[in-house]
Amino acid sequence: MTTKLVVGLDGHASGQRALDHACRLAKLIGECEIVVAYIVEWSPFSFQTAEENAQRHKRREQEIATANERVVEPAVATVAKAGIQVRGVVRHGDVSQALIAVSTDEGAEQIIVARASEGGFAQRLFGSSTSNLVMSSNVPVTVVS
Amino acid sequence: MNLKHKALAALAALAPTGALAQEAMTLDQKVNEVFATTTGPFVNLIFAPLPGTSFPWIVLWLVVAASIFTLYFGFVQFKFFGHAIRLVKGDYSDPNDAGEVSHFQALATALSGTVGLGNIAGVAVAVGIGGPGATFWMILAGLLGMASKFTECTLGVKYRNEYPDGTVSGGPMYYMSKGFSELGLPGGKILAVMFSIFCILGALGGGNMFQANQAHAQIAGIVGDYPGWITGIIFAAVVFAVIVGGIKSIANVTEKIVPFMGILYVGAALVILLVNFNMIGWAFGQIFAGAFTGLGVAGGFVGALIQGFKRAAFSNEAGVGSAAIAHSAVRTKEPITEGFVSLLEPLIDTVVICTMTALVITISGQLMMDAETGKFILNDAGTAIATVGGTSGVALTSAAFGASISWFPYVLAIAVVLFAFSTMISWSYYGLKAWTYLFGEGKASEMTFKIIFCIFIVIGAAASLGPVIDFSDAAIFAMAVVNIFALYFLMKLVKRELQSYAARLSSGEIKPYKH
Repeated sequence: MTTKLVVGLDGHASGQRALDHACRLAKLIGECEIVVAYIVEWSPFSFQTAEENAQRHKRREQEIATANERVVEPAVATVAKAGIQVRGVVRHGDVSQALIAVSTDEGAEQIIVARASEGGFAQRLFGSSTSNLVMSSNVPVTVVS
Repeated sequence: MNLKHKALAALAALAPTGALAQEAMTLDQKVNEVFATTTGPFVNLIFAPLPGTSFPWIVLWLVVAASIFTLYFGFVQFKFFGHAIRLVKGDYSDPNDAGEVSHFQALATALSGTVGLGNIAGVAVAVGIGGPGATFWMILAGLLGMASKFTECTLGVKYRNEYPDGTVSGGPMYYMSKGFSELGLPGGKILAVMFSIFCILGALGGGNMFQANQAHAQIAGIVGDYPGWITGIIFAAVVFAVIVGGIKSIANVTEKIVPFMGILYVGAALVILLVNFNMIGWAFGQIFAGAFTGLGVAGGFVGALIQGFKRAAFSNEAGVGSAAIAHSAVRTKEPITEGFVSLLEPLIDTVVICTMTALVITISGQLMMDAETGKFILNDAGTAIATVGGTSGVALTSAAFGASISWFPYVLAIAVVLFAFSTMISWSYYGLKAWTYLFGEGKASEMTFKIIFCIFIVIGAAASLGPVIDFSDAAIFAMAVVNIFALYFLMKLVKRELQSYAARLSSGEIKPYKH
């Protein structure tokens, strides 16, 4: 049976380290597929104008296209070059919740993310996506520094 | 004179017959005079009383419609209330649709168009003229109005236009033309055109001039009296920057502050009610007694009833058709789910927020009462209840809140300006949709409407309250005349959706998603 690893990317350089780590693991495991996931931060409980609502569907398609083009596809290409089975996924939602949902849907063994580099007040107040992920994930999470 | 008293005095001076009349024809006055004479006949037609009574036919039209929808859909507002809450929470939202407009967002957007001056100024007008008893009729109209909202918003989503680029346009004009042709009925197109014309007028009236006018009154109340056109030009410039310049940041900031202001407003009202909790029972007593006797208000209990119904309709816009435009952007496979969600709107707007305002005004003791007879004392003209500072409209609400929380009038002033701004942004969109329905989509056509919209902000801020409020009410109610007429023909389509959905819900075919 193929082992699946979900790698969460956020478009920062640190994501590459998470991807490298996943590739190393995949080679050690042997029969393994990497699912590269990018989550567009989005809440169904935000406030929008009527005009934004009317254009939402269009914007969503654009956001997915941009994420695929800039983050997911380049990552998929590098992993594929290393000879590992790989797929890309783009979703909207809360980063930690959506990554957990991807891992559940895929039946993944593990989630691999890179530690967010930015800190500061907001993170202290609300907690980071990474710590939320570690706290609520139902599969092991590896945080690459 | 401290700042608060100055504020109240300035507000009082802005009343229709105030200081403006003393000066020779100012620019504001000229605008006012031309405006009042041109809109007079239209206003008179909409508010014509039923023969032999003083009861405006339009109020009956709205209430009868709301009652018919309530009965026809078997009290949908109570039966599906819990389901509506679950829909808003996202229990029935497909996770694969994440990133699309959610039920919550559609509701919040529609609410930001309705929660505003109607809840603050409108209620004060109703209670000031009709007494606390008006509140009872307002709540009743709000509860019935939930069924009207349900009907129009279901149709709004069902018959919206989805364009190849992924954007959507919806609203009464679309369900009128498409729904009527689906049923093989003639005249859908004519109704749609009529609705669109009234919607443009409503957008320029209640959605624009009334807002600009009251925002000016608030600002002038704080900084002192100055000509209205100055506020008008500033407001017009900001609105222009948002709707024409596409400066999203301004709209985004308002969209985030407005809900906060709404919560702050209800919070402050709750604090005042809690502090005076021993008077809540008395206030409800006044509301019930006033509802059936009038407690001496002008026009007796009929006066209270008219004011309550009228203000509820103006505040929550149930049956008007505007919400159908706002709600139609939601992503759902079941149009009726948006109908369920939209029925929460009159509840939040009228039954909760308006009632808070009314209770605070009643408890504050701003309305003067004869201690011996327990009846209200009327002002010199005999048209409204005499108030402590001679205030009416926003100023009355402001004084009522100020009686308990001295600094609240300042917060209220900011809230009014922001509410006015967000309502203007919402209505500029409603008006634009009606405009593009009539004149076609396209940059030049849209720009024309947006410029007209901005010009009316200046006119609204400069004109005095009387003619503006009359025209605003008349234009918005004219939308309801056409909309409700169409809803009577289309309601069987909604019933079909309701029966099918209810059957699938109880059979378990429609079930909540696991999140």
